[in-house]
Amino acid sequence: MDVLTLSRLQFAVTAAYHFIFVPLTLGLSIMVAYMETRYVRTNDELYLKMTKFWGKLFLINFALGVVTGITMEFQFGMNWAEYSKYVGDIFGAPLAIEATVAFFLESVFIGLWIFGWSKVSKKVHALSIWLVAIATNLSALWILLANGWMQKPVGYVLRNGRAEMVDFMAMVTNWYGWSKFFHTVLSGYVVAAFFVMGISAYHILRKNELAFFRRSFKMAALFGLVSSLLVFATGDFHAVEVAKTQPTKFAAMEVVWNTQKAAPYNLIVVPDTRDERNSVELLSIPNGLSLLAFHNPDAEVRGLKDFPKEDRPPVMPTFLSFRLMVGFGMLFMLLSFLGWIFSRKDRLKSRTLFLKIMLYSLPLPYIAAQLGWIVAEVGRQPWIVYGLLRTSDAVSKSIDTIQVVASLVGFTLVYGLLAIVDIYLLTKNAKKGPDNDLSSIMKQART
Amino acid sequence: MEFQIIWFILWGVLWAVYFMLDGFDFGAGILQSFLGKNEAEKGMLLRTIGPVWNGNEVWLITAGGATFAAFPTTYALMFSYLYSPLLIILFSLIVRGVALEFRAKADSASWKRGWDAAIFLGSFLPALLFGVAFGNIFHGLPMDAAGYHGTLFSLLNPYGLLTGGLFVLLFIVHGALWMGIKTEGELSSRTLRVANTAWYFLLITAVAFLVYTEFATNLYANYLAAPLFLIVPLIAVLSLTGIKIFFVKGKYTAAFLASCSTIVMVTFTGVIGLYPNLIPSSIDPNYSLTIFNSSSSIYTLTIMTVVALIFVPIIIAYQIWTYRVFKHKVTADDVMEGKELY
Repeated sequence: MDVLTLSRLQFAVTAAYHFIFVPLTLGLSIMVAYMETRYVRTNDELYLKMTKFWGKLFLINFALGVVTGITMEFQFGMNWAEYSKYVGDIFGAPLAIEATVAFFLESVFIGLWIFGWSKVSKKVHALSIWLVAIATNLSALWILLANGWMQKPVGYVLRNGRAEMVDFMAMVTNWYGWSKFFHTVLSGYVVAAFFVMGISAYHILRKNELAFFRRSFKMAALFGLVSSLLVFATGDFHAVEVAKTQPTKFAAMEVVWNTQKAAPYNLIVVPDTRDERNSVELLSIPNGLSLLAFHNPDAEVRGLKDFPKEDRPPVMPTFLSFRLMVGFGMLFMLLSFLGWIFSRKDRLKSRTLFLKIMLYSLPLPYIAAQLGWIVAEVGRQPWIVYGLLRTSDAVSKSIDTIQVVASLVGFTLVYGLLAIVDIYLLTKNAKKGPDNDLSSIMKQART
Repeated sequence: MEFQIIWFILWGVLWAVYFMLDGFDFGAGILQSFLGKNEAEKGMLLRTIGPVWNGNEVWLITAGGATFAAFPTTYALMFSYLYSPLLIILFSLIVRGVALEFRAKADSASWKRGWDAAIFLGSFLPALLFGVAFGNIFHGLPMDAAGYHGTLFSLLNPYGLLTGGLFVLLFIVHGALWMGIKTEGELSSRTLRVANTAWYFLLITAVAFLVYTEFATNLYANYLAAPLFLIVPLIAVLSLTGIKIFFVKGKYTAAFLASCSTIVMVTFTGVIGLYPNLIPSSIDPNYSLTIFNSSSSIYTLTIMTVVALIFVPIIIAYQIWTYRVFKHKVTADDVMEGKELY
């Protein structure tokens, strides 16, 4: 393999790994902040216990999210120097702003939250986790504005042999980035909701700490229901944005080979990439695809054959990931709706099958989030910046195969080990359940 | 003043503050498992950096981000030329961060011993390699029209290693002073004794560095051209001496502040000497990366200046505030209270 392939593989591995931890951080920070706020408001000790228990799992996950994020910032320079030179004038800004505006806030106040139980008032302590939650979400915004620019470059001119920023506000208001931001953070909330529901289901099945886990489940079910509905809605308007600005990606997502007006939506499709056609198209909804793509039943959807082969993304991974992600999205709405209904009427305990399903559904939103990124990043190929710079022109010139093999092996080993440790710690602490020694907890929480 | 110069100064400030803050985390990480005689003591030593190290490390992320946004060509070439050492720094920081968070999350002795080793390596290697990297930047990298001609091993030249040693000793003294003023009793005096001993090694290394710099780099040329700037290395030397003077008087907090000043001024001694280069070429000055030939457009620099002017003071304010929240000395009770955390 050459430096380009290895660097792409390394970026895929490290980005996918980073995004195992980020979505849970995005959602669980908000849930823990809400729990602690309820505790401050009501003085109900159950909320304090919830803050502590879910907060601990949050912290185990948070640590890996932070350290694997550093890799991402370094890698643009290390492996993608030509990219960094070419677009750094505009792409560097959101990254630097992310560190300045969001990452500082998050990192400083997480320290205060972990160690400040007896050092600051209850209100300030709760405020610090809210600041962490806001900062992580703000961090996602700047990163996704940066990624949004790679998907739909705006506000630049080509000058001095590179892309130079001429309109900062165009980048900041790039709707592609914003719609992706909403879709992405909401998917993180779904991950967190299913995480909390899954672990709660485990304990409810064992009749363990029922009051604690029923309340946790109920809160997560509502959070999950609202979030999964919104993920679907934002997914819809994000898809419109993709259809408008990235016709090749959209065509690959829906395997449209030939440009057509009033395109139907096929529920069942089997693509034949060799002959550039679909060998099976079943259960067609007339005008469905045009409606999905442009919210207009007669709109023209461009097909892959309209574009030269070297400008098309890999079709199968984009198509399959998209279909699976959408299917998962529907499942999440259904499951969190059922969870909400059952937990509202306090009927969870007797629904053992449902609880088992919820336990084993815990990893599914993680998978859906990964699939979403495959659609976004594989679907953008062969471009690193859509329509502007090819991935093959972006890789560093000064590095050699041996270096990248060594780093890829290093990442795989280090990340693999950390994954084992992380899963061990999460499982251990999740199974243990909440700490019932309220005296020790109360000693920490200054009244 | 030109925006490039503003960002050059800011670039120096970000690195200087990063070394000043994460420097004592590195020092603490290098020393903790040797200084703590038992688990309780180790816990206390780690607790001195526990609440603050995360916020300290962000200065590095910001220094990296600022290099990307303000000097993208330098960012691209520096990071790809120094691929291997940066990779080792990256792995070390990852391991350190995880170790600091996970160490207290299980009770077995072997679990803790394993993470102690990780904290040591994750602190020692970046301290050394940041020094090696900056030593080589002061010296210049072998780059010309054909690109970069160095390897990981060519970076480990005597001057690079000397600068690496200087950084390690700066951080050991710094970290020992920090842990000394944040703990009490015998543990504190034991830690301070290490600071005192390490200071002599630091002094020798610093003198060797200042002398060797004359032969290995062009840093002093700027000072000959504008002798006024000599005040910076002068303050560095005074601060280094100040550490010892305050130490002898028993004013340990003042000694720590002198150590902060030493680190900042040593960094700026190098940065001023570099101007207008960010990375000089050691083989062909025409291929040096300067703040002018590698910067972003004036438009981008203007935007970034506005962002920095608004947010950096805010960051400094809340970071100082959290330092004040944790200004007390760490006691055995603190560690017991949050046993699960640290």
